[in-house]
Amino acid sequence: MAQYTFDTKKDTRSGFGAGMEYLSLNNPKVVALCADLIGSLKLEAFIKNSPERFFQTGIAEANMIGISAGLAIGGFIPFATTFANFGTGRVYDQIRQSIAYSGKNVKIACSHAGLTLGEDGATHQILEDLGLMKMLPGMVVINPCDYNQTKAATIAVASYEGPVYLRFGRPVVPVFTPENQTFEIGKAIHLMEGSDVSIFATGHLVWEAILAAEILKEKGIHADVINIHTIKPLDTQAILKSVLKTGCVVSAEEHQLNGGLGDSIAQYLSLHKPTPMEYVGVMDSFGESGKPAELMEKYGLNAASIVEKALKAIARK
Amino acid sequence: MQTQELEKIASQVRRDILRMVHGCQSGHPGGSLGCTDLLVELYFNAMNLQSDSSGNVVFQMNGAGEDVFYLSNGHISPLIYSVLARRGYFPIHELASFRKINSRLQGHPTPHEHLEGIRIASGSLGQGLSVAIGTAQAKKLSKDSSFVFCLMGDGEQNEGQVWEAAMYAPHHQVDNLIAFIDVNGQQIDGPTDKVMNNRDLGEKYKAFGWEILHMNGNDAQDVQITVAKAKALCGKGSPIMVLMQTEMGAGVDFMMGSHKWHGVAPNDQQLSDALAQLTETLGDY
Repeated sequence: MAQYTFDTKKDTRSGFGAGMEYLSLNNPKVVALCADLIGSLKLEAFIKNSPERFFQTGIAEANMIGISAGLAIGGFIPFATTFANFGTGRVYDQIRQSIAYSGKNVKIACSHAGLTLGEDGATHQILEDLGLMKMLPGMVVINPCDYNQTKAATIAVASYEGPVYLRFGRPVVPVFTPENQTFEIGKAIHLMEGSDVSIFATGHLVWEAILAAEILKEKGIHADVINIHTIKPLDTQAILKSVLKTGCVVSAEEHQLNGGLGDSIAQYLSLHKPTPMEYVGVMDSFGESGKPAELMEKYGLNAASIVEKALKAIARK
Repeated sequence: MQTQELEKIASQVRRDILRMVHGCQSGHPGGSLGCTDLLVELYFNAMNLQSDSSGNVVFQMNGAGEDVFYLSNGHISPLIYSVLARRGYFPIHELASFRKINSRLQGHPTPHEHLEGIRIASGSLGQGLSVAIGTAQAKKLSKDSSFVFCLMGDGEQNEGQVWEAAMYAPHHQVDNLIAFIDVNGQQIDGPTDKVMNNRDLGEKYKAFGWEILHMNGNDAQDVQITVAKAKALCGKGSPIMVLMQTEMGAGVDFMMGSHKWHGVAPNDQQLSDALAQLTETLGDY
């Protein structure tokens, strides 16, 4: 019987909306800003509960980032929200100077990250955001895997003092992590025990990693599956512990290989425990229009790819 | 404070600017000298600043209950550093470390080195007005009736983000915000009307919904009167924009009327010629 099951599928952005709804009632210092995408970011409940703590910026993301920094100076905890493409790459210098270098307590919370945005195509499907954000000194980077975890992460980052990039998405995915869980920033979650290969996954790829491990189990291969919801700071202890047991690694993410989670893991392992490693991610290309599942299949971001890379990694031991 | 007293402080601040830029042979004296009268007026007269029981200023990052100033055109850092030190935020002797290794006085201002008086990094242009709006809105949410001031350059008006902020502030009735543009008509590559013509900035901001004031930024009396007028116009639904005519290099005859001194340090002879035109009123650092 499968170790992980689910009753419903929900979008992670709705988890963010639920987290914001909770914060509207429980943390009077939290304010929200949005660049003309209230519905997409699921902010309706926050706005209904605390209209005075919501700021509509119009389609002007650079200004939104600056205003967030100013609100943070004034003692508030701003969540600057939009699509991941417009909330990171488009406003990189504003984030760099006014938030990261200035050390401001701003949460950049972005939906529609990665290929699973679907039909809108590559202009909107940012696959570079984790890399852009993790390169900024002092920036915490979080990519939760399902509705419950995104809700918990949203609530948790409000209590953390410092800049955070919180990334989530549009498609409905299995809700398999516990309701009302406590989210610990920087603490990886051990999902499945195994000694043949380590699978480190983040975001939407965590469920695919679980499916991959089930398939591998049928082949007699036992994967150690770990949910790396926090890309920075990376839980290097959890990574090392797993790798010492398995001796090979597969990373899985909805992101470019350049600059992603796999890069962070490889950098750490190359210094502390050089290990054969394979990557599941986008190979230096843009996305395109299509259904989310079609895109994940075409770009090799699914359980089948993780299985293939796991076998390859094991063969390299 | 009397205008004459402010002029005395301004003379010393101008000396500091020239000596700091000369000391590291780097920095931006032109705009710093041009905006000196405004910053002296703000920090020594117009702004209500947090202080202890002995009247010494106390820096608090959140600026609660006090007026807050943001320098968006961060390259005129020698000016803000001199004014903050002279006002008592940090030791005057620290001005000697400007742009040198291991200094809190970075080339462009930053809170990263925990320099008292600096709340945001600026240098990459066009970002300060947005930050000022954010703090102004934070003050409104906190029922704090103090003001937020922001200074930008006229060349800086080329940046798109400035116009995002220009559109936002009147829409959200950010009427506790007083912004200034240093209209010196110069930017790095030449006169602003040749590099990128701003045309009529007053008409532009007016069309966005700002209340517009004009002043001679190098006439201490006019600056004092206009800043007071700007404060009186607050609370009426509109943000205030003061277009401040200045002379780049104001106070030093051979530095005025050209963009040449935007980002060039004086040599020993030029420093000595410049200082001869400015009285040492408070003692050099």
